[in-house]
Amino acid sequence: MVHITMNGLAVEAECGSSLLEVARFYNFPIPTLCHEDGLNSYGACRLCLVEIGEGPKSKLVAACGYRVEEGMKVRTNSMRVQRARRLLLELYVATCPQSKRIQDLASEYGVRQCRYQPVDGQPGAPWDPKANCIQCGLCVRICAEQMMAGAIGFSGRGKSRHVARPFGMTSEQCRQCGACLYACPVCELRCQASTAESLLCNGCLNFSPVCFQSYSDAMCFLEPCHTCELSGPFRHEVGIKVHALHDAGQKVAPSTGELK
Amino acid sequence: MPEMEAVKPLLAQFKDERANLIPILQEIQAAFSYLPEEALRRVARKLHVPVTDVYQVATFYRCFSLKPRGRHLVQVCLGTACHVRGGDLVLERTQTETGAGLSGTSPDLEFTVEPVRCLGCCGLAPVMRVDRDTFAHLDQAKVRGIVNRYHPRRKPATVDKIAASPEKVRS
Repeated sequence: MVHITMNGLAVEAECGSSLLEVARFYNFPIPTLCHEDGLNSYGACRLCLVEIGEGPKSKLVAACGYRVEEGMKVRTNSMRVQRARRLLLELYVATCPQSKRIQDLASEYGVRQCRYQPVDGQPGAPWDPKANCIQCGLCVRICAEQMMAGAIGFSGRGKSRHVARPFGMTSEQCRQCGACLYACPVCELRCQASTAESLLCNGCLNFSPVCFQSYSDAMCFLEPCHTCELSGPFRHEVGIKVHALHDAGQKVAPSTGELK
Repeated sequence: MPEMEAVKPLLAQFKDERANLIPILQEIQAAFSYLPEEALRRVARKLHVPVTDVYQVATFYRCFSLKPRGRHLVQVCLGTACHVRGGDLVLERTQTETGAGLSGTSPDLEFTVEPVRCLGCCGLAPVMRVDRDTFAHLDQAKVRGIVNRYHPRRKPATVDKIAASPEKVRS
């Protein structure tokens, strides 16, 4: 056991556990996009940033990969952390405005503007696996570590890095189990409310009581989300498209609420 | 595939360890001047890793290519110094002279032309490297002579030869 101070509270933690695990155990909320229990921590999304140390020597580290040390002082929600998180979320919204999970996090962590151009230029454009991928690596890891398949992986690097099947063909190891779709934080639920004027949805904030607070864990898993239902300009089109896909006998993500 | 027979002795030199992945790929790249798909599959089988892992490494590094490459690698520098002194014009001329065009490799598989960021000799700008020979202080007129020197079926023209000869630096 090691003794650390978390948000001013003296707590005990097991040796070798990560800051994220400790914070979750003591119920300090830390948002993540690339962390899943049962998979190796990856540290790709950086949303789990926390501040360690004190004064001018304090620094931001990714909680999912940082092990606890004796006497450590951790702040999970300092001003610095909040600022960094907001900036990250702003970038994520610009990368993938269709992701409901990202929109929910943006609402929850106080992102009220998005100053960046969306990646594909069109917030209402159909979801593009290459452009809208946030490269969290969840699909790659769940395939390799839980499904023991390793059928997909990253390819290329820098700007052209993307998740791909080797040689563009379905690998022999792929059992079409759908775990990659299940794990993906951006393709599961779609937010319909982001528009060209504002990439942000922030719809949950218009409800009273505020939506994401009353449904804490489940966030606003009202299916479909009221905001999407009411203001979704693309909702109609998506519906038609999905029926067309069904008719063509194509598989649709099982977890995609509206697409069932 | 007959060419795959050549892969076998290459693979036999190495132990079945994951750490050997990059050395093996380098050997294959050197032998075939690209990485054939079937060879990568064999590497994956030998090292007991998913094909994805091999593919990931093969697409990450610029020294590996999944498409056939030319016999000679022509690297034209587009670093800051070379850019200022017209490196892009040299690149353009090289692409037309070799027939590589924008696709990078000439149809006769003699040359692969690629722009590089910096060759580390900015005082000699603009610079170009063919295989291991570096050519300095280039201009568009000198390009043809250099290309012809490496082309098996072209005689270097006398005028071009003089133009291309003065500063050849062994690297």
